[in-house]
Amino acid sequence: MAEQAQPTDTGPRPILPFLKLQPKPHLEGLKCTCGAIYLDPKRVACSKCGADGKLSPIQLSDKGKVWVFSVVHQSFPGIKTPYVTAIVDLPEGVSVRANLVDVDPVQAQKEPQKIFNMPVELTTGVAAKDREGRDVISFSYRPSKN
Amino acid sequence: MRNVYVLGTGMLKFGRYPDKTVPELGGEAALLALKDAGVTIKDVELFACGNLFQANAMVGQRILQQIGQTGIPVVNVSNACATGSTAFREAYMSVASGMCDVAMAVGVEQMGKQGLLGGGGGGSDPAYATEGKVGSGLMPAVFGQAGIEHMRKYGTKPEHFAKISVKSHKHATKNPFSQYRNEVSLEDVMNARMVAFPNTLYMCCPTGDGAAAAIVVSEEKLKQLAGGRKRPRVAASVLTSDPWTERDLTLPDVSTLTRRASKQAYEKAGIGPKDIALTELHDCFATAELVHYENLGLCGDGEAGAFIDSGGGVHPALGGKAPVNVSGGLLSKGHPLGATGVANICEVVWHLTEDARAKDRLVPNAKAGQAHVIGLGSACTINILTI
Repeated sequence: MAEQAQPTDTGPRPILPFLKLQPKPHLEGLKCTCGAIYLDPKRVACSKCGADGKLSPIQLSDKGKVWVFSVVHQSFPGIKTPYVTAIVDLPEGVSVRANLVDVDPVQAQKEPQKIFNMPVELTTGVAAKDREGRDVISFSYRPSKN
Repeated sequence: MRNVYVLGTGMLKFGRYPDKTVPELGGEAALLALKDAGVTIKDVELFACGNLFQANAMVGQRILQQIGQTGIPVVNVSNACATGSTAFREAYMSVASGMCDVAMAVGVEQMGKQGLLGGGGGGSDPAYATEGKVGSGLMPAVFGQAGIEHMRKYGTKPEHFAKISVKSHKHATKNPFSQYRNEVSLEDVMNARMVAFPNTLYMCCPTGDGAAAAIVVSEEKLKQLAGGRKRPRVAASVLTSDPWTERDLTLPDVSTLTRRASKQAYEKAGIGPKDIALTELHDCFATAELVHYENLGLCGDGEAGAFIDSGGGVHPALGGKAPVNVSGGLLSKGHPLGATGVANICEVVWHLTEDARAKDRLVPNAKAGQAHVIGLGSACTINILTI
């Protein structure tokens, strides 16, 4: 049987390993039988209960709610500011750190209570090209459309 | 465990020392502490050295190569911002356990004008760097979110954080060891350049250079060496790490490990927050200071805003109560990472002993004080000193 061509060899790559691009972009975690979920692609054991060998992959929802955020005004060279960084709680019981887009940073500072609990959804886009010329895909959250 | 006392302390003014090396800074602070204690390096039986940015370069031994190579055990400590205070605890434990009678802790750091800390990722190809693309791991944003969490839970306002900065800057005007000694108004703080909401420039600690040292001794040695001087006892020296909590791996939880350390420290010392005359706590950002008021039991949960509005944390000479960071705190005094944890122990000692080095800012009748440090990642130390 001929080996299937690996599309990721020349195709887009995720910026972090827990972002999966196929069949459509989503986040994948590791869930322990105790309930704890991790965003690591692999780990030695569960740091909540200490058990090893009890972690299995779990596909995470692309919708969540904002727990807290900050508006970053000073960053490394090349990073456009201000932008909103947020901690998003997913329904499975794990939190994700990401940029919050389609939200006015200045307005978020004025009325932070409007950001708390905001329903958001995952969105992805090309963040950069790597040294091999491949698209690097990043993810962020935007206000949920429904 | 045996009683342990702080016999001597030394500290260099925090600031910038581009013409000095890390071993020189540490060695100078060590000599100040040795002279203050009335001993020499030949009396020291163990040396714990805290430094972060040269953690792989035997800083402790290089300090002894400056001030006296006596062949004693040296332990080099690295524990993020809790590096110096963890070194102090190593010295404390060596005496408390009976291993030795005289031990020295030095915290030292040289950061220069290094800017934002944290962030990064991406390995060798910068295209995979996540900072600013997948949220922010920079310290101002991380600690900004800790404050915003308090806003979310309790309706705390940006003004509350700003008032902390005003208070600590005012405190620093009385401290000649402070990197910055300028007063700022509430308007100055609120209108300053925003770094990461709600932390404006004056709500963020500076980077810099500095060193601090402490000599700890057993009760037996104290009697021999103190010459009748009353010296503070280390009533508790606690170290915790971050237990698993709901969002800790995404947004570092600086509260749970502080609360655990605080509970243990008060129990060990046999006192409560009402008995604490002064607190030096880890105000790397104004938002951090506010949440630690509650974490250390200086006020109840959700009451930090009201605590600030009623003069909490302010020096009694300025009409306040439960003074916090009368040194100026990290916000003004500065935060050379490895030095911080020993420097805030120096500050507490100076108030308990009415030391001339704190003469313009002494908290009256101080019988107990605490020094709290958080190293993100995370480590928390609390040292309670009593006299």
